[in-house]
Amino acid sequence: MDVIESNINTSSKEFKENFNHYEKLVTDLKKEIAIASKGGGEDKIKLHISRNKILARERIDALLDPDTPFMEFNTLAAHGMYKNRAPCAGIVTGIGIVHGREVIIVANDATVTGGTYYPMTVKKHLRAQEIAMKNNLPCIYLVDSGGAFLPMQDEVFPDREHFGRIFFNQAKMSSMGIPQIAVVMGSCTAGGAYVPAMSDETVIVKGTGTIFLGGPPLVKAATGEEVSAEDLGGADIHCRISGVSDHYAHGDLEAIHIARNIVENLNRPEKTYLDIKKPEDPLYDIREIYGIIPKDSRKTYDVREIIARIIDGSKFHEFKELYGNTLICGFARIMGYPVGILANNGVLFSESALKGSHFIEMCGQRKIPLVFLQNITGFMVGSKYESGGIAKDGAKMVSAVTCAEVPKFTVVIGGSFGAGNYGMCGRAYEPRQLWMWPNSRISVMGGEQAANVLLTVKRDQLWRKGKELTKKEEKDIKMPILKKYETEGSPYYSTSRIWDDGVIDPVDTRMLLGLGISASLNSPIPDWKPGVFRM
Amino acid sequence: MFEKVLIANRGEIAVRIIKACQEMSIKTVAVYSNVDKKAPHVQLADESISLGDPTPIESYLNILKIIEFAQDAGADAIHPGYGFLAENPDFAQACKSKDIKFIGPNPDVISLMGDKIAAKKTMEKAGVPVIPGYHGKNQDNTSLVKEGMKIGFPLLVKAAAGGGGKGIRIVHNEDVLEESIEGAKRESKSSFGNDTVFLEKYIEKPRHIEFQILADEHGNIIHLFERECSVQRRHQKIIEETPSPIINPELREKMGNTAIKAAKAVNYYNAGTVEFMVDGELNFFFMEMNTRLQVEHPITEMTTGIDLAKWQLKIANGMKLTLKQNDIFQRGHAIECRIYAENPSKGFLPSIGTIEKVEFPTGPNIRNDTGIFAGMEITPYYDPMLSKIVVSSENREESINKMIWALSKYVVLGVTTNISFLQKVISHKEFRKGNITTHFIDNYFKDWAISKEGLPITAIIALAVYDSIHSRTQEIVRYKESDPHSPWKHVGRWRIGAEE
Repeated sequence: MDVIESNINTSSKEFKENFNHYEKLVTDLKKEIAIASKGGGEDKIKLHISRNKILARERIDALLDPDTPFMEFNTLAAHGMYKNRAPCAGIVTGIGIVHGREVIIVANDATVTGGTYYPMTVKKHLRAQEIAMKNNLPCIYLVDSGGAFLPMQDEVFPDREHFGRIFFNQAKMSSMGIPQIAVVMGSCTAGGAYVPAMSDETVIVKGTGTIFLGGPPLVKAATGEEVSAEDLGGADIHCRISGVSDHYAHGDLEAIHIARNIVENLNRPEKTYLDIKKPEDPLYDIREIYGIIPKDSRKTYDVREIIARIIDGSKFHEFKELYGNTLICGFARIMGYPVGILANNGVLFSESALKGSHFIEMCGQRKIPLVFLQNITGFMVGSKYESGGIAKDGAKMVSAVTCAEVPKFTVVIGGSFGAGNYGMCGRAYEPRQLWMWPNSRISVMGGEQAANVLLTVKRDQLWRKGKELTKKEEKDIKMPILKKYETEGSPYYSTSRIWDDGVIDPVDTRMLLGLGISASLNSPIPDWKPGVFRM
Repeated sequence: MFEKVLIANRGEIAVRIIKACQEMSIKTVAVYSNVDKKAPHVQLADESISLGDPTPIESYLNILKIIEFAQDAGADAIHPGYGFLAENPDFAQACKSKDIKFIGPNPDVISLMGDKIAAKKTMEKAGVPVIPGYHGKNQDNTSLVKEGMKIGFPLLVKAAAGGGGKGIRIVHNEDVLEESIEGAKRESKSSFGNDTVFLEKYIEKPRHIEFQILADEHGNIIHLFERECSVQRRHQKIIEETPSPIINPELREKMGNTAIKAAKAVNYYNAGTVEFMVDGELNFFFMEMNTRLQVEHPITEMTTGIDLAKWQLKIANGMKLTLKQNDIFQRGHAIECRIYAENPSKGFLPSIGTIEKVEFPTGPNIRNDTGIFAGMEITPYYDPMLSKIVVSSENREESINKMIWALSKYVVLGVTTNISFLQKVISHKEFRKGNITTHFIDNYFKDWAISKEGLPITAIIALAVYDSIHSRTQEIVRYKESDPHSPWKHVGRWRIGAEE
């Protein structure tokens, strides 16, 4: 394959300015991640430890094979929500390896409101299960939760994608042959009791782990019976008498050791075949991305410079280089895995959409994972383009993206606006992972466009009444809209609501894609079966 | 003692000095260029600072940077090693002006000894024998013939601006003296545009023998005997030994005292080396003085038991030399071979590449001074010397046998080295007899080439056997792994958003 020649001058003033600006974005991001990773704060951590329990993240470290990565999802979930009372949404989720095989880990953090489920906690738990289901990864639940967060019961209990879905997923996955393992390391009350009860194999820790549908206060209120938590649903009850749990542990570390033994005996099938080569580092330093992304987001740059910094040996086999060149398509390898890359280099025209559809079709046929580097303002508008049928060409791309069931990975590296988000495999198109860079923006359209659209509508209404808007009135209409889009378009707003799997340092992009593809090979790649393309 | 020393060097000598500092509980600061990021001296030091660009002028020769880093790190002294800035008076001066102790002599001495003609004059004045010659301004033939007659024959006429053997004549008797002067002038004029010539006594069968000295800042000076360094290629030593096979106790004492006299003449302190040229009749002449630790210092350490690097540190710290001349003895015999990344079959051209494997011979009285490791890149930026092997034994013959054995166990794969060449040189019958001069390599190894015979048949059979067993076990044991390069198993601990 041919190497992408970089045209970046790393000693230029512009590069340095961009670099410094971006470095700040990343520093801020890391600071927020560090804060969220601390969970419920010093006092709660002390209390947790005083109960002979170890912290959620330490539990995960102990569970994973030593010195191996952990792909954590949505560390910044619920960031800025619930008066900042639920850092990390009170639950740590991610992929790691146990006995050499990728597993999904869902660990409640009891330092955050006793590990109870806020709406975003539920969403995060469900997203982890969705990833497990898509990638065929065994699930390990490190349970330490008081169940639903009662003050918000209307947002966590009744709906399809609420608390009940967790157990629905467990049953479904178990039937699909995806092992469900629970380690009870704290309370599992009410609905929470179903996590261990619905698992294939369950471990419980004596003294701290309890499972019951109704806790001692509820029992007393309902029947008058006075009973301790341990006698009601402790390890001895469940391992010796009720049979709700299968393995008895004397402490967190022993419980984790047993969980590892369970995984050792799962007899997982071989991974899917891909033509894998020995990985090569990119020719250019991935950090240079900081200096490539313009400080001013309206400025353009060649996205090949980004591609060159994340693919093996910077070697890229570009497809239709001379056609529809606002969308760059091509084959490459990431950490040895073959991939098809689609990356925006401007607004989408009919040609770009057709090229993209063709390329996705090929990857679908050849069973090559797809990587989308999203930086898109949308599809071109105007009578010339509408009459050229841009709607049906865009639809072809959306249809191709949907029907290609190869592992898909999306990284929002800039703007994610309008139907461009769909064509480039936005959240609704079920990429295995969707990451956002800290400079990115996401909304139905740009703030300026939205404000102008609404202004035009208003102006037309008044015009029909024979009135006109003053400059001040125009400003009063536009300002709040601009402000709203500014706030809601931020990657932090997105990630706190789990519209993505995390905001990441661009430097980590290659690693996360490599890990993601490797994990995706646990599920087979179905044959390419397209829908009807409107021609 | 110093708290912290910066080592302004790389490779084996930086490693050697760091180890000396560690023994003395002195903290060390390494400096390194981009290509040396993983080098052993960087790994060993307590702290390390990047000099950036690997070109020497930007890195190990960059006085400003090194001084600034030393200040930043809070180093109270700088050890320059050898080469690079070791004999640069500006550097020594710069250290002095920033109140950082330069581990070496006074800048003035470095400067004087760097000027070959001025050094010679100073030594001549101090009564140290120098090679007789004429370096004067009178260039008419009559005066030159007169001066030539004074010097005696054989005689060397050489262009003052000379180099590369151009404009050099060896004159064996007076009949052809004037004719040779004419010829040398003509050639010099056409080659260098200047017909000034020097006259010098021509030394037949010259040997290069040097004396190690140690001198403190309080006027105490001792010598630690000689090193015979005659075996050279391209004017660079490759094998050194001590004692020299031709020096007898009387001559040793005489030369040693002369070396001390030479050092005294310039108020020398630090470790130093006085180099002499010795002719077939055992006359010796001062050539130059090296104001630093020599590459070949280990052979002196092996035979005297004295640690020269540590003494450099002690002297620089103002300590008095507690060793007296009478306390110093030579014991046994030591040889050093320098391992270079170079191709002896191609005019000793440096070779570059990645070292794939290294194995150092070990055993009683075998010392390895090295700065290399498997996986290290050998770049064209610096001197291609990789390491030194030093052995000692009861006598010369046993030392030679030990060195032959040690070289046979020395493995460096990935770059071409001079190891097999060294083996041939050291096994040569004239070397064994001690008949060595600085012309030794030219005389006996001019067209030597690395043997192209290929692998011995036994090795091929062993390989075939290994291969047949290995591939069969593979069939039984190995299953096809579907994700052989999985980053999950190869990147180590890694967390999203974690600080590096």
